[in-house]
Amino acid sequence: MTPSASQDPIVVTGLNHSFGQGSAKVQTLFDIHVQIKRGKLTTLIGPSGSGKTTLLTLMGCLREIQEGSVRLLGEELFGASNETLNNMRRRLGFIFQAHNLHESLTALQNVRMGLEVHGSAHRHEYDAAATHILEQLGLGDRLHYLPAKLSGGQKQRVAVARALVGNPEIVFADEPTAALDRDTGLKAVGILKRLGELRGTTTVMVTHDHRILEMADRILRMEDGRIVDQT
Amino acid sequence: MTRLLLWWLGRMPIGWLQLVSNKLRFFAAGTGVAFACILVFVQLGMMGSFSEATRSAYRILNADVMISASDCNGLTDGSNVARRRMYQALAVPGVREAIPIFVGKTFWLQADGTRLELTVVGFDSTRHSFVGPVLEQISVLPLSNHVLMDERSRGLRPGQLANVSANSPLWIEANHQQLAVAGTFSLGAGFAGDGFMIVSDQTFLRLFPARSSAAPNHILLNVESGSDPEDVAARIAAKLAAEAVLVRSFSQAIEQDVTYQTTRRPVGLIFGFGVAIGTLVGLVIVYQILSTDVADHLSEYATFKAMGYKASFFRSVVMEEAVILAVVGFLPAVVATLGIYSVMAKATGLPIAMTWERAILVLFGTVLSCSLSGIFAMRKLTHADPADLF
Repeated sequence: MTPSASQDPIVVTGLNHSFGQGSAKVQTLFDIHVQIKRGKLTTLIGPSGSGKTTLLTLMGCLREIQEGSVRLLGEELFGASNETLNNMRRRLGFIFQAHNLHESLTALQNVRMGLEVHGSAHRHEYDAAATHILEQLGLGDRLHYLPAKLSGGQKQRVAVARALVGNPEIVFADEPTAALDRDTGLKAVGILKRLGELRGTTTVMVTHDHRILEMADRILRMEDGRIVDQT
Repeated sequence: MTRLLLWWLGRMPIGWLQLVSNKLRFFAAGTGVAFACILVFVQLGMMGSFSEATRSAYRILNADVMISASDCNGLTDGSNVARRRMYQALAVPGVREAIPIFVGKTFWLQADGTRLELTVVGFDSTRHSFVGPVLEQISVLPLSNHVLMDERSRGLRPGQLANVSANSPLWIEANHQQLAVAGTFSLGAGFAGDGFMIVSDQTFLRLFPARSSAAPNHILLNVESGSDPEDVAARIAAKLAAEAVLVRSFSQAIEQDVTYQTTRRPVGLIFGFGVAIGTLVGLVIVYQILSTDVADHLSEYATFKAMGYKASFFRSVVMEEAVILAVVGFLPAVVATLGIYSVMAKATGLPIAMTWERAILVLFGTVLSCSLSGIFAMRKLTHADPADLF
């Protein structure tokens, strides 16, 4: 194994980020240094506007890095090409605050989209894999429902299935349990935690949910664009 | 359908699913494309019948080379040609025989008040090698004032000429002459007149006393077997270079006539304009539908971008939608057009019919226009920013 591959999956050093131009420029992240270990469930907490989501999108290849360095799975994201960013995104899973399901696709088809991004070489296995993960999340009888016919919690579980079906190396989640009832929310996080133990999937999650904080391996507290407390 | 597209595209047919999920909009889009297709089909049909009518008039004659006046644009058009040119042309190597052709216009006022504008073509009907394939009853023409008339002329009652023959002709009056319609042929009306009447050269000169046998409208020539009409035409042209004549092979003369009628005359231009408008209407409709669709799904597209889908994926989704709209609009348009054509052909007597070439041309045109709209609609895709999702 090469030295870089044995390193932590996420290494952030000297990261600064600002929004706006000129006099309207507002800095939201100040000199962030953080390393996240493989297979662990890390949560980001803090008041709104503290920069949690900005940090998440920078680590998740969704925003261009202005200053500092993010090494994701051994790959430097600062100044990386679109091609590299695209390839990196395929190795990640995202669970958004809103479910962001495609309204014209059934639950199964939505989950399948998480697999099709990897090409069509194994396409005949895709439906089986998507069905399997939906069954695990208790949606075995809702495979062919359009999102409009699903409850908020069910939609969010489909979104979780879509993020996990491609066996991502890192999962980024932004308040995924906001729309879930207590049991389902804990179940989803439980699956993430089990994936971490079984496959070494790393999870970074923004949350306010105290039930989840109890399950977290590590909690990063942010305030005014700085990490103020690490446990 | 979804399964078929899934297999064919090798990916989830997102475009198809997006389109059918909003049934009303899909129906409106399909109808819009169909409407544009029908518009184009009708214009092309008129233009096609225009060419066809122009072309078919030449089937009353048969020749290799045609000499016309230099200002001639078609069979029924242009100044006279001196008959001397015929004798000059006969001296050119490769020319076997020649004949003068006379063309005039007359009116036949029927008893019920219907007036037919007839194009009269006169030539020596005993020269069988110059008689076109449609004139099967040419043998009656040497009889004085006997004529052949197009049974599909506009303004004739159905079956009015069905029973005419040399023994029981229909007597009509035109240009103060009693004429015996002793036979018929089948050609179809054109845009210029209501129909054709064929007479012998002698009858022609009696019908048009102001015309002289020394000044026909065209001179037709046949070449020796083995000679190329184009070569012979070029040799004659070289010999007659100082004269105000146009020497063309017969097929070339037909094509130039068609080109003139469809591109230089106002009628042809109007139909060409109609095709352009139809295409433009289709472009705008499809652009509207596709760009609205892209705008409606920006957040879904942003999600897919966050999942690692490339720009080429979104392009192929929009293209998929464009092609589906093209096909969905085209198929009902063809069915509707067949009906419209048959009504138009009945009403006008013009040869309007669907051809495979035209159907394929319009299908390709529709797919191309829809794709073009798709390319424009894609510009909105750049607004799909995955960072906005959180």
